[in-house]
Amino acid sequence: MKNSKGALVNISAKLDTGTTAIPSLNVPSMIIEERRTARETLSNALIITRREVRDSFRDWRIIGPIVVLTFLFPSLAQFVAGQFAGFVEDFGAQIVGERTIPFLLMIVGFFPISISLVIALETFVGEKERRSLEPLLSTPLTNTELYIGKTLAAMIPPLVSSYGGMAVYLLSLFGGELQWRPPAALIIQIILLTTVQALVMITGAVVVSSLTTSTRAANLLASFIIIPMTLIIQGESAIMFLAPDAESPNGIGALWAIIAGMVVVNLLLLRVGNSVFNREELLGRNLDSLKLKLMIRRFGNSIRSVDTKGTPALNIADWYARGVRGALARLGLAGRFTVGWFAFALIGGIIIGLLPAWQLNLPRNMPLGDVGSTIDQYTGLLLGSSPVLSIAWQNGRILLGAALLAMFTFGVGALVLTPLTYVVLGYLLTQVVAAGYSPFFLLAALFPHGLIEIPVIIIATAAAVRLGAVVTRVPENSTVGAAWTLAFTDMLKLALGIIIPGLLIAALLEAYVTPLVVRLALGG
Amino acid sequence: MKRMAQKDSAEGQRKIMIQTQALSKYYDNFLAVDGVNLDVPAGTVLALLGPNGAGKTTTVRMLTSILAPSLGWARVAGYDVVRQSAQVRASVGVLTEQHGLYERMKAVEYLDFFGRVYHLSAADRKRRSLDLMERFGLTFALEKQLGEYSKGMKQKLALVRAMLHDPPVLLLDEPTSAMDPQSAKQVRDAIIELRRDHRTFLLTTHNLTEAEQLADRIAIIRHGRIIAQGSFEELALHYVGEPLMELRVQGELNGTLAHIAEMVTVEDSGIDWVRYRVPTPETTNPALLRRLLGLGIEVVTVARQSQTLEEIYLQVVKEDEEQQGGASEHLR
Repeated sequence: MKNSKGALVNISAKLDTGTTAIPSLNVPSMIIEERRTARETLSNALIITRREVRDSFRDWRIIGPIVVLTFLFPSLAQFVAGQFAGFVEDFGAQIVGERTIPFLLMIVGFFPISISLVIALETFVGEKERRSLEPLLSTPLTNTELYIGKTLAAMIPPLVSSYGGMAVYLLSLFGGELQWRPPAALIIQIILLTTVQALVMITGAVVVSSLTTSTRAANLLASFIIIPMTLIIQGESAIMFLAPDAESPNGIGALWAIIAGMVVVNLLLLRVGNSVFNREELLGRNLDSLKLKLMIRRFGNSIRSVDTKGTPALNIADWYARGVRGALARLGLAGRFTVGWFAFALIGGIIIGLLPAWQLNLPRNMPLGDVGSTIDQYTGLLLGSSPVLSIAWQNGRILLGAALLAMFTFGVGALVLTPLTYVVLGYLLTQVVAAGYSPFFLLAALFPHGLIEIPVIIIATAAAVRLGAVVTRVPENSTVGAAWTLAFTDMLKLALGIIIPGLLIAALLEAYVTPLVVRLALGG
Repeated sequence: MKRMAQKDSAEGQRKIMIQTQALSKYYDNFLAVDGVNLDVPAGTVLALLGPNGAGKTTTVRMLTSILAPSLGWARVAGYDVVRQSAQVRASVGVLTEQHGLYERMKAVEYLDFFGRVYHLSAADRKRRSLDLMERFGLTFALEKQLGEYSKGMKQKLALVRAMLHDPPVLLLDEPTSAMDPQSAKQVRDAIIELRRDHRTFLLTTHNLTEAEQLADRIAIIRHGRIIAQGSFEELALHYVGEPLMELRVQGELNGTLAHIAEMVTVEDSGIDWVRYRVPTPETTNPALLRRLLGLGIEVVTVARQSQTLEEIYLQVVKEDEEQQGGASEHLR
């Protein structure tokens, strides 16, 4: 397409033919944001916050409920508390009336913060929907500044209303006829709970917003935040009524634990939110439609591939050599942490077993021949009932549960379920040795199948930890979606290549070989 | 010495305000922008033309450091769009496809907000806002809520926002799409004035007349690829041929046609008219007229037959379609 004078050039560069001089094709897949000081970041974020808060206070749909929940509802709640306390007192249940007071304080604080979810969805996905986000994304503000600015903007109006409502409630309580006063520590706990709950809802809303392009879809997904939050509120209410330390001057222990847990969840959600709140993610997603066939095909291709670029395996040996091995190598920190955690669980079990209060005092010098006959019966029973699948399924369902739990708990759930067995194992080992038996008896009962089962369980747990935790620690040059998809397909690859076959082989050994080895170890 | 050389090189690069090399963007497996190469010097208006979904908006987003290129690279105002994103964004003013205003704000508050984001001083925020609002005839609406603005007013305000921090590069997506003729002229005049001031523009538009009026260079993008690029004249010469002239005479041409054909390429003729192509009308036409006068022919009119950007655009797309068709045929 070049003319005779050479003035006009058609420059459609063909990358595959390499006709154009390209200085660097391997560009980072993410825009690199400028590093700024904390002060600069906060100052820039506050520009956003001021605008958005002012905007929120101009919207009667937000102002209306805030006014009602700040001034009307607390007075009503105080009136209800008084009436209820009087009513239950007539039946001699004064304590129920008293404990309703902090419960209603919590409710008075919680109702306004539920608006924070609406504001958060509005400021994030609403702005995306109205296309007013792009001009903001074209400015020099960093992703973190935008994220912090918007998060604060979503938090401030509901929290002001929440604190205001609680102040109105407490003032009317202290000025009212009721004699009972909640302990100061409990009031502080409720204020802290309200604050961390607001932050959880907002940070959760950011994650939800990043997955959607319309407020309708975001509202539907918001139930993933509202439902667990409602359950937590119910739990907190029950604690307030039933906790034995409900009137302790140091506050309720269980509520401190919930506050600490919520702070951890907040930190994790803030990390996830900061990862997903980037320009590429916000403008890259255009549709909410589910393309199931395409998804299945992509996952299928990823599982069959030998690398992260999707190169298909030449054969099963190649798939194991490069694909499965690569997935195993990518477990990285999750793998090392899981191994350490399992060792810690085993040592923890041993330590518990050594504590005098926990010792079982097993009968000493028991004739082991009896045990041998029991094993024979056991083996016979198992041989008669095809135990391999049931043993494999028993282990498999625990690992499946751990993986599912890990997905919703940033990987933490996986580290709770599976290592419990190792705590028990460490504990039993100390008991057996303390009773004067050889530890080889227990090791014989463990090792034939354990040699396969233990590494398989560690690999499965590490894969689940990685899957849950990857959203909080996205690798450089990757997006949350891409990192999660890679972790998920790696987990499936490991499941097909190592975990499922490993569990079946271990179950086979456990059913048919381990009893024989134990019998031999017992001298029979 | 090395540092000075680097500085000189940086200065040299800054003269090219928008530079891309093999710039490409994948959305999953879909190639939205395919190896785009651009060189736009300071004080130039580049019109990026193409059908909807051709890759214009994605290109603009990559040039604004909003989307990272999948392959290739781009520099805007001398800054790398991936590694120097803050500098890139500070150097560009962007008018997005949809104006995206905050409807509950007043214009004065809106501009003040964006002025703060760009770290303009309070005095500069006020001065720039008033100047630009006046330039676009919006002074009367400074205190109005943006929700009360008409579509055209919103578009103009979005332009004011893009120009507020006086950026050296402006990326404008359909700058006059919702405007009445008078407002559109105001915007065009502003672009011409800023270009004189060495501001660089990349504008995407479907309005080919406007592109023809404003653009120093035109790039046509289709399926993510730049399929043609050059000045209007260069494109016209390549795609629709040399300038076409029409000459009308008093009486009949008769044997004069042979004399004319000696000097130019005759395309068509009638009793008293002839259409011809000529590569250099500015020198050939006077010579031709002198010859005809010498032959006693009285010339009534000589007029250049207009070659429109629309013609060029359609021809470019047609040729590309043929090429693509040929390629798929070959593959089959």
